[in-house]
Order: sequence, then C-alpha cells, then structure tokens
Amino acid sequence: MPQFEKLTMAQALNRALRDAMADDPSVVMFGEDVGPLGGVFRITDGLTAELGEDRCFDTPLAESGIVGMAVGMAMNGMRPVVEMQFDAFAYPAFEQIVSHVAKMRNRTRGRVTLPMVIRVPYAGGIGGVEHHCDSSESYYAHTPGLHVVAPSTAADAYTLLRAAIASPDPVVFLEPKKLYWSKEEVELDADRPGIGTAAVRREGTDATLIAYGPSVPVALEAAEVAAQEGRSLQVVDLRSIVPFDDATVCDAVRSTGRAVVVAEATGFASVSSEIVARVTERCFHSLAAPIRRVVGFDIPFPPPKLEHFQLPGVDRVLDAVDDLQWEDS
Amino acid sequence: MTRDPDHLLPSDRPVTLMDHRGVAVEGAAHAMPAPEALLTAFAALVTGRRINDQAYALVRQGRLAVYPSSHGQEACQVAAAQVLADGDWLFPTYRDTVAAVARGVDPVEVLVLLKGDWHSGYDPSEHHVAPQATPLATQLLHAVGVAHAARLRGEPTVVMAMCGDGATSEGDFHEALNFAAVFRAPVVFFVQNNEYAISVPLARQSVAPSLAHKGIGYGVPGERVDGNDTAALLAVLGTAVDRARAGEGPQLVEAHTYRMQAHTNADDATRYRQDDEVAAWVERDPVTRLEAYLCEHDLLDDERLAAFAADAEEVAAAMRVGLSEDVTPDPADLFAHVYAVPTPQLVEQAALVADEVAREGGH
Repeated sequence: MPQFEKLTMAQALNRALRDAMADDPSVVMFGEDVGPLGGVFRITDGLTAELGEDRCFDTPLAESGIVGMAVGMAMNGMRPVVEMQFDAFAYPAFEQIVSHVAKMRNRTRGRVTLPMVIRVPYAGGIGGVEHHCDSSESYYAHTPGLHVVAPSTAADAYTLLRAAIASPDPVVFLEPKKLYWSKEEVELDADRPGIGTAAVRREGTDATLIAYGPSVPVALEAAEVAAQEGRSLQVVDLRSIVPFDDATVCDAVRSTGRAVVVAEATGFASVSSEIVARVTERCFHSLAAPIRRVVGFDIPFPPPKLEHFQLPGVDRVLDAVDDLQWEDS
Repeated sequence: MTRDPDHLLPSDRPVTLMDHRGVAVEGAAHAMPAPEALLTAFAALVTGRRINDQAYALVRQGRLAVYPSSHGQEACQVAAAQVLADGDWLFPTYRDTVAAVARGVDPVEVLVLLKGDWHSGYDPSEHHVAPQATPLATQLLHAVGVAHAARLRGEPTVVMAMCGDGATSEGDFHEALNFAAVFRAPVVFFVQNNEYAISVPLARQSVAPSLAHKGIGYGVPGERVDGNDTAALLAVLGTAVDRARAGEGPQLVEAHTYRMQAHTNADDATRYRQDDEVAAWVERDPVTRLEAYLCEHDLLDDERLAAFAADAEEVAAAMRVGLSEDVTPDPADLFAHVYAVPTPQLVEQAALVADEVAREGGH
C-alpha cells in the first residue's frame, strides 16, 4: 500500500538517505558538517546518531579530498554519497569529478566502476551570497561519464536520490535550495521512473514549457496564469539532464508546435541552449515558431537585492510565450 | 592542544644500509633485510632495468608513443611492490611501470596505455594495482579512500600511494595526507624525489628541509631514505607498511633518487641540466650497488647473474612480441564503457560511427 506523507523536499532527501543506508551497509555519507549538525540544510539530520559515525561522518574542509576519497571508497566496494556544501564550493573538486569520477569506468573498460553520488545544493532564490547561488549544471552535463539530475518535487527528490545511490554510475545530484522547504503530499517510492526520464507535469495544447529543478514551479505557475488568459501550456520537467529524455521532450514539443525553455543558469553555452539545439534538430518541421529561452543573463550571480532580475519569473515566461508567433496576434 | 612533533621528524640524513660500492654501513638505523629478500629484489631490479631499456627502444621503433622511464629509480619501484602483502593495494604514477610489473602485472598490459590502444590495459582488481593516469597527486586521495573503506570493514589492507617530488606541490597531496591522518587510514605515501618535475628542479618546487618534513603539518611521521639503496628501501618502506597495518595511521617516506633519463623520450634534458650532474649519479646506480653487495657476501655468482639476466631477457622478448602486435581497436569501444548502460544519445552516436566504418569497408 502506498504511504502518503506531508514532507518537505529536505525531509524527502533525508528519508532517501536513511532508507538507502538501512538497505545497504555499503552506502556511506560524508562531507562538511553532515555529522552531528546534519548538514547546513539538515539533509543528513539524525543519520550519524542513528547509524553511527562510520556511516555518516564529517571530513576535513576540502572538497577535492572529499570527492577523491569517495572515488577510492567506491573502488573498494562502497557506495559513497558526498555533500558539497554549496554549488560554488564544489569547484575545488572539479578535477576529481571531471578527470576521475567521470572517466574511471571508461579508462578501465568497465573493470573499475564508481557507484557514487555527489550531492550539490544548487541555484539561487534564497537571497544567498555570491558563492551560494550558482547554477552549475552545465559544467557537469558537458562531461561525459556523469549522470546529472535535478528534482523539482519532494517525491522526485526521494525517488531520484534512491535511484542515484543504486546507480552503477556516478551521479551529480543537484538539489534546488529554494525548494528544500516546500511541503507536499509525498509517496515515498523508489521504484517510480528514475534517472533518464522526463515527466509531463501539466498537459497543454498551445505551447510547451521545458524546465528542470528550481524553474519547474515557475513554469507551472506561468501555465496556471496563462490558462486564466485562455492559453493552454504544457509543462515538461526534465528531472534528468543527463541522460536527456529526447523522446518525452520532443513528443511534447511536436504535440504543441511551440516551446519555451526556462532555466536559472546563464544562457550562453548552457543546458538551455543544448535543449534548443536538440529540439530544433529533431522537431524543426513541427515548430510554428523559433524556440524561446527564459534564462539567466550572462553575468555573475547578483547580490541578494538584485537577484530577482536574474531569476526567471512568471512574467518573463509569459512574455516569451507571447512571442511565439501566434497567428491570432 | 599541541603535540610534540619530534616523533614525526625524519632522520637527519636519508637512511642508508649500504654505500654506493655495496659496502654495509656501520651502525645503520635498520637491520639488513634477509638474503632471500635481497635476492628477490635483485632479480626484480635486473628485470626492471631491462623493461625500462626495452620500452625506451620500443619508442624509437615506433611501437610505443612515449615512455616515462624509471631508469635509475628501479630500487624504489621494486621495493614499493615487494613490501606489500597480497591483499594490499599499489597506486602507481605513469612513471611506475616497473613497480606495477613487480607487483605481478604483465608489462605488455601496463604499456597498453603508452601504445595507444586504450587508456589502461590491466585489470586493477587482479593484482590490486590502481590504473595509471597522468594527473599528478589525484591518485593519492583515491588511495586514502581505498584504505578507509578497508579499515571500516576491519580488513588489514595497506595502500602504497606513489608520487614524485613535483606532485608534492599539488593540493591533492596535502589533502590526501590530511585526510589519511584524520581518518588514520593505513596509507604509505611514497615520494620518489628524483630531483626534477620535467625540467623544474626541486629547489623551485619546495624549500622545505626535506619533502619528508611535509608530514609534520598533518601529524604524519616522515622518513627519508636513499632511493638507490634497495636494502634501505625494503627496510624503511617495510617498517612504514608494518606501522600502517598496526593502526598507527599513515606514513610518509621520501626516497632520494635521480631520473637518469629525460622526462620522456619527447623531452630534451640537455636544456635544463648538465651532463656532469647526471654522471655523478651513475656510480650510485641501484643495480650495480646491490649486485656488489650480494657478490661480496657470496649470495650471487656468475651463474646466478646469468640466470637473472636470462629471465629479464625473456620478459623483454615477450614485450617485443606483445607490443609489436598491431591491434586495431574497435571503435564501438568508444561508446561501450562511458556508462553501464549507454545513453540513448550514445547509442545513436555509436550507430553513426558503425555506419562510417561499414561504408569505409571496415577501416
């Protein structure tokens, strides 16, 4: 019987870790402040007390060390889950991620595999300082060998984190910080469609909004407003950036003939530009208008008082939809 | 809280058990290893030297793309492998081909990397030898992870993590020492200080009293050893492995040696060092040094020497055969190992290449 509970995304992530660690003694969780404190966002709350400090532990403050040690533990039979405290704090680990995490399976022709998860609280919308708000997905998505996922709901946070921990390949797990505390009725189910599948969050016939992570609620809200104005917008949540679900995305776009991509990350050379390229290559003859993007400007992340200019909002999404060359306008 | 750092300090001078003529040093800090251990090491030294020279020749014949030789460093290579138990792990650098072979890996499989057929040619789990790669010091953290996982499971594994003098400037070297110390991970960090990082001499790398002193900042005991003295290396590395296995935490060992040849065949060492500097190290050669000691103590005679040389020649012959085979790598492999299950995009791309190959008639 499915169990429904009212949970925040933070609680759902905590439950996913707890359940995965209870199911499999080789799953270990470590990083900065993830022990007795439970992480600065409390995602690992209670794990050390419950499972012991061999299973969930604090490390010295060095991200390359954290990821590099996880590589070795994964080489030796463990399934490490590590937390990078903030998006921009993961950059010291970049060499380990790009040169080893992503390449070890290929280097050894599948003889050494790295079942590990790099959890990254990411993106803005929380009034954070300069290095606490990056949308860094493009760096990881550009690196072959990594899976990159970003949940937008508490239920998906649970399902996708369980799938990431069970995956035989390394997963960069991007957690939209601004959605940590949004509460919803959640069915904790590890067996729903996992990594590599997108979901249609709202049916619609006039145009398709394509979003992921923190931008999905923005797209849903825009669709709600558009409906009141008589326009039916479909919303696709990627869930998984790599592997990319071309089939679901393209089926959706072909069904409406118009699309807007919504993402927080800066637009140049980004996941959003990749989506436009892919969809255009595959759906050109179904498109009634060029695909539009509502994405971050190509600037460093702004200070808190200016961040609302950078984040995609409902009005910008609706303006972009208005620009999709409607015959009646 | 501060702790007395004296116990972390290395010896004033590198530990030496026999001088460069092969004469045992009086009052040495360690006992001379048993004759069998020295003979085992000598056989591996002779083979290691032969492998280095053969690989160098294979580059000139165009069979290997490049070879970073450990000529002159064979004592470090052999001792690093010999002090380990079966369940232990070795983390070699790209210059540590001979160490991987001394641990049991087929030299032809090690050299697949430099032949260009694939990035790594051996199964790391077979002999517990991690894959080689060219980034510096990154493997030291992997070594800490392997050791920590073993320690969590209560296994007696020790990990030998190798790097060079240049790598001690990389951040991962410092993070690895610190992580290993904090988690008391059973890792022996083994720095082969061969005086050069490609062209840059040690003086441009560090002004620390020695590289072994770098352990102090992390609470890791350091020791220095003559890197061309096989007996001293067996003793010092053996002691470090014993201490790590006994739960005393990580150990740092710096071997003073010298890279007799250029960084690789693609490098020109005459641009940054003088011939007389190199010549001074010839008389400190690790192979002739141990040979002199063994002969002087009647542990080695002409017959046995000839047998060791013949064994080494057999290895070299197998390298020539194995590395002369023209393998045509399968382009399907480009896509087969990126993920456990190829993404739909990789399936498409693999089909594209397969189609190209089919149209070109298989080439």
